[in-house]
Amino acid sequence: MITADELRDRVREFLSHHDPGELDRLEFLRARFDAGLAWVHYPPGFGGLDAARALQPVVDEEFAAADAPDNDPRSNGIGLGMAAPTILQHGSDEQRHRFLRPLWTGEEVWCQLFSEPGAGSDLAALSTRAVRDGDDWVVDGQKVWTSLAHTARWALLVARTDPGVPKHRGLTYFVCDMTAPGVEVRPLRQITGEAEFNEVFFSGVRIPDSQRLGEVGQGWQVAMSTLMNERVAIGGGNTAREDGMIGVVADTWRQRPELRTPGMHDRLLRLWVEAEATRLTGERLRQQLAAGAPGPEGSAVKLAFARLNQSISGFETELLADEGLEYDDWTMRRPEVTDMTARGPGYRYLRAKGNSIEGGTSEVLRNVIAERVLGLPAEPRVDKDVAWKELPR
Amino acid sequence: MSTPDLLYGEAEEDLRKNVRRLLQERCDPSAVLARCESDEPYDLALWATLAGELGVAGLVVPEELGGAGASARELAVLAEELGRGVAPVPFLGSAVLATTALLECPSSEAREAVAALAGGSRIGTVAVPMTTAPGSVFPTSVSARGGALTGTVRTVVDLEVADLVVVPATDEDGPALYLLDLSSSGVRRTPVTPLDLTRRIGTLGLDGASGRRIASSDSAEEVLQHTLTTAAGILASEQTGLAQLCLDSTVEYVLTRYQFGRQIGSFQAVKHRLADLWAGVSTARATARGAADALATSGGDVDIPVALAQAYCCDTVVLAAEEHLQLHGGIGMTWEHPAHLYLGRAKSTQLALGTAERHRATIAARGGLPAA
Repeated sequence: MITADELRDRVREFLSHHDPGELDRLEFLRARFDAGLAWVHYPPGFGGLDAARALQPVVDEEFAAADAPDNDPRSNGIGLGMAAPTILQHGSDEQRHRFLRPLWTGEEVWCQLFSEPGAGSDLAALSTRAVRDGDDWVVDGQKVWTSLAHTARWALLVARTDPGVPKHRGLTYFVCDMTAPGVEVRPLRQITGEAEFNEVFFSGVRIPDSQRLGEVGQGWQVAMSTLMNERVAIGGGNTAREDGMIGVVADTWRQRPELRTPGMHDRLLRLWVEAEATRLTGERLRQQLAAGAPGPEGSAVKLAFARLNQSISGFETELLADEGLEYDDWTMRRPEVTDMTARGPGYRYLRAKGNSIEGGTSEVLRNVIAERVLGLPAEPRVDKDVAWKELPR
Repeated sequence: MSTPDLLYGEAEEDLRKNVRRLLQERCDPSAVLARCESDEPYDLALWATLAGELGVAGLVVPEELGGAGASARELAVLAEELGRGVAPVPFLGSAVLATTALLECPSSEAREAVAALAGGSRIGTVAVPMTTAPGSVFPTSVSARGGALTGTVRTVVDLEVADLVVVPATDEDGPALYLLDLSSSGVRRTPVTPLDLTRRIGTLGLDGASGRRIASSDSAEEVLQHTLTTAAGILASEQTGLAQLCLDSTVEYVLTRYQFGRQIGSFQAVKHRLADLWAGVSTARATARGAADALATSGGDVDIPVALAQAYCCDTVVLAAEEHLQLHGGIGMTWEHPAHLYLGRAKSTQLALGTAERHRATIAARGGLPAA
């Protein structure tokens, strides 16, 4: 396997022929992909060199040191984090060649069409239909909570192709062209006033069978591998004490002595302890990962993070008294990233309500912890051997 | 602020394995329960084995004094395992409180005494109420005149089995620490019936008992502070070990108990409580490791990591013992079941070395979050 030093040499060699100062940004990124220096753990020909995944930072650092343009990973998180590994694992060579390069360079943004109004925690119950018609599939239905649908060229879509079998067995996985006739994207305005997400409606949308990923009826298995690749909510680097929302209220406390009361002091300290303890739990998880022994503590961190954000933001509006009655801006907007600390306390209070719902509700997460970490039995299932079309909904 | 090492090293895992194996053989819950109403509530034979065979009584004592020369990180792992076993041994008084205090005192008497504690031939403690938090003012309940100690100290941990005691006292020069042999005349020990059946407390009455001064004025205050901070940090690991045991044995129980034709562990009402408890114990472990690492690292901030660990762990261990009892249902309320041993130990450690509120006050003072 290729070593870190060899990789560094390759990057320098590449840079000696491709001057980032002279080349067009896209041309540079495409050349980097073709040289196998995009995601080094991918196979040759698909942007990689079959290198160890842990060596990616070596390459990224070399390019950053040369002031080379990057592929702006924040603008295509679902493409890079979920679509690419799914296409690599389940796609044909033709599909890999078509999709991976423009995905990595950011030319084509991806979104994910999984959740539906009737299928949230119970994703496998989804009802968007795909019916075979010659070489195509015809899709009708509705998806919801779709980030980036308004900028995406492609989507990962799971649809029901056989309503007559139990729900997990009747699904098929497709790549959907978001510019195809019959696809309609509408912003989904949230309680914060803005729209981070979309609703996506399908009426008679034709998807060629060549854009199917995996076998007919194997959609659930492919979807699970997509979700496995969903980035753990914990970021890469260390976080410092008082990072995030707790730092905002701690600073308010320090700067505004007139707001202090004994009761609020006690609550602030309890929240500070919880936040710092949760930060250390995340740090311990990172150390376990680095030592090659990942632990399940990520679930604990997500549970605590949701509860904490809600408690801290609720506390903050109370602490601010009259100012807590204000809201910074209800204007409908389409933010590119969600930054809890960039907006006012009212926004934080409302947005944090989503933290215990998005990416798995806290209730489902507790089931997951109980069953997968503690080994407790699942609840008896009433939907297991019943055809999807017979299920009450 | 450097990043603490929150994992366990190989030597620490070996230590854990050895201690756990010994406790499984010698200290199962029914044996602990049988002992607690007997004439010998402490298992001094077990302590002798721990000291002699495993060398853990002097874990942090330098090798030249007969100890193992390990750090607070290893001491914390030992505390986890002893907490897990609710072992009735004088660990907190002798291996933590007295040892830490004596190691900080440069006198030859202190060095001799700590060597005796490390070898397990003698047992020690520190004469402070068990609830004394780090940062408390130096106690004034004992006064010393010409080396003669007079006064009363309540809830001294492990007092009834101790041979020697470090006594904080005020003398002609201000705060001081005296080393006192408990067989001296003028010493009266009165046992207290404890809430925690696995760790005893007593009242120490001193009426002109003769002690040797081992630290004075500022140095005495510093030694006592350091001792209390160390003990509070190590106690967080003991609490983590006991909390983990409560979680583990509850999970085991809800898998075997059937009601309504199902394992009770298949009900979400039960599963969600255990999932939350698991998250709490995982978090407790991270804070306890943070405190142990801070204690083992010289020069860094110790007060906040220790206060954080105590503020978190002392309530988490009580929650764990309470959930353990609740989810065991009726059997958990019986004397024959060890649930009450865990609850008593958990509750007493919650009060020991300061409640969560005291530790939060330390965070407020050290972290720049002043009161109203």
